[in-house]
Amino acid sequence: MAFASIAIGIILLIFVYVGREALPLLWETSEGASLAATFGEPFKWQPVSATPGYNVIVLILGTLKVTAIAMVLATPLALAAALFTSEFTGPKFREWVKPAIEMLAAIPSVVMGFFALIVLASWLQQQFGIEFRLNALNAGIALALSIIPIIYTVTEDALTAVPQHYREASLALGASKTQTALRVVFPAAMPGVGAAMILGFGRAIGETMIVYMAAGGAALLSLSPLVPTRTLSATVAAELGEVVVGGGHYRVLFFLGTLLFIITSVLNWIGDRYNRRMRIRLFGTE
Amino acid sequence: MRKTLDRSLIALCGVATALILAMLVTIVANIVWFGAGQMSWSFVSEAPAGDVGGGIFPAIYGTVLLVLLMSIVAVPFGVIVAIYFAEYARKESWFYKVTRMAVNNLAGVPSIVFGLFGLGFFIHGIGRTLDLGLYGGKALLAQPSILWASMTMAVLTLPVVIITVEESLRAVPREYREGSLALGATRLQTIVRVVLPQAWSGVMTGAILAVSRGAGEVAPVLFTGVAYYMAKLPTRMNDQFMQLGYHIYVLATQSPNIEKTKPVLYGTVLVLLMLTFLLNVTAIVIRKRMRQWATR
Repeated sequence: MAFASIAIGIILLIFVYVGREALPLLWETSEGASLAATFGEPFKWQPVSATPGYNVIVLILGTLKVTAIAMVLATPLALAAALFTSEFTGPKFREWVKPAIEMLAAIPSVVMGFFALIVLASWLQQQFGIEFRLNALNAGIALALSIIPIIYTVTEDALTAVPQHYREASLALGASKTQTALRVVFPAAMPGVGAAMILGFGRAIGETMIVYMAAGGAALLSLSPLVPTRTLSATVAAELGEVVVGGGHYRVLFFLGTLLFIITSVLNWIGDRYNRRMRIRLFGTE
Repeated sequence: MRKTLDRSLIALCGVATALILAMLVTIVANIVWFGAGQMSWSFVSEAPAGDVGGGIFPAIYGTVLLVLLMSIVAVPFGVIVAIYFAEYARKESWFYKVTRMAVNNLAGVPSIVFGLFGLGFFIHGIGRTLDLGLYGGKALLAQPSILWASMTMAVLTLPVVIITVEESLRAVPREYREGSLALGATRLQTIVRVVLPQAWSGVMTGAILAVSRGAGEVAPVLFTGVAYYMAKLPTRMNDQFMQLGYHIYVLATQSPNIEKTKPVLYGTVLVLLMLTFLLNVTAIVIRKRMRQWATR
């Protein structure tokens, strides 16, 4: 009991200690850093300059851009692979393909970042003649690879959890294997699939080393996937080592951390709820 | 018509699966292809000489030391929380629900936030307080070090241990507990002497997965203790350390001539990748054995 409360304690401590360093932003302005500056004009992130710009919108846009690319690439692949493993092949195949795909998750993100930076970026540039070698697309592809295992595993678990008699009933009514998979099993596991996507999204938003190394790092107010991009997480990673402790820039970076913490916590919580809803729907209990 | 549609859909799903596996193979093959030439005893046993020569022993040493210190904290804590979740907690109690949510949430917090937390809590919080209390304000502990880096990593890997161990505790059949209790053993005796030994492989799996995660993460240690180059190996708790992941990051991003750096870079990546894959495969094998054993 006492030890379990440590888990809550840690969560609270993270929130308190990350938030605490950012808190003075609420009522004071130091070196041009204030809460108003993080959301207002000018729309620039240039913390080290004579007139520092701390606009967070630019970074949020960058984060969403890279995350969206990753989701668009990862979701169809992961869902199709999960359907294939759970519905269209036998248990023998599943037994080795599932751990194999999960090995993707075992690749450290710094290794994925390295691969995107050294190999993928050059290949993309040569193939498609992109102006900037490091860009949002490059990081998005590497990010997609790192979230495929999460989306895949959670979806596959949800599909497998659908009771066998759902399938039997559908097949007995004359539906084909794919009709059963798409119209019966998939809808029954829908909340689990939703959870999978939300968890993948949450992971992509907070992922640091890949975007830090492979996205190019320029804070541009642009929607193009082919320009260098800077995200919330990469900004913290790049700048925290060089700021004055307690200064305005330092506070803004902790504010970014607080933002990331809140966003991912909410996403996790929603994902959890979806998963629970599915269990209740299928089994009547959690 | 229906049949062709069916077949093409299944084929499409098969292609997606193959594509994912192909990308995994491409990455691993690329790293093995360019990294294998670098593998030698001197590469893993010597200190670096500039950006383009020497070995990576200090980085291996730092990584191993980091995950060891991390495990000493994360594994016992994780096991105790898992025991509480699986053996003592009533599922309806609000306390269980809140702690459960906290652990699940902790598992999804981005690693860079743990880095901020380590800096804010361990270094500027605990470190500074201890410095003021014990050393009269000299900055001994309020600075990045292997101690704080491993504590930060322990917090990050705690949910990995909890979730894996809990799963294995739940897999121990009820009859074992009932038999033990019926023989007059107390609840604690039952857990320590009967349930835990049966779930031993789960504890091992949890520890291995935590080590694998801790060995590969870079973001949490960026500000809490890692250094690109150290002339000496860390010997005290407040020394900084070198780490494989950070070594890769610096070599890949800050090299003046990437072509010359590539051999050492690929070699380091291969060492880290072999380390994490080996740990993961071990965990998968143990877990599979455990499941087969449980269903027998």
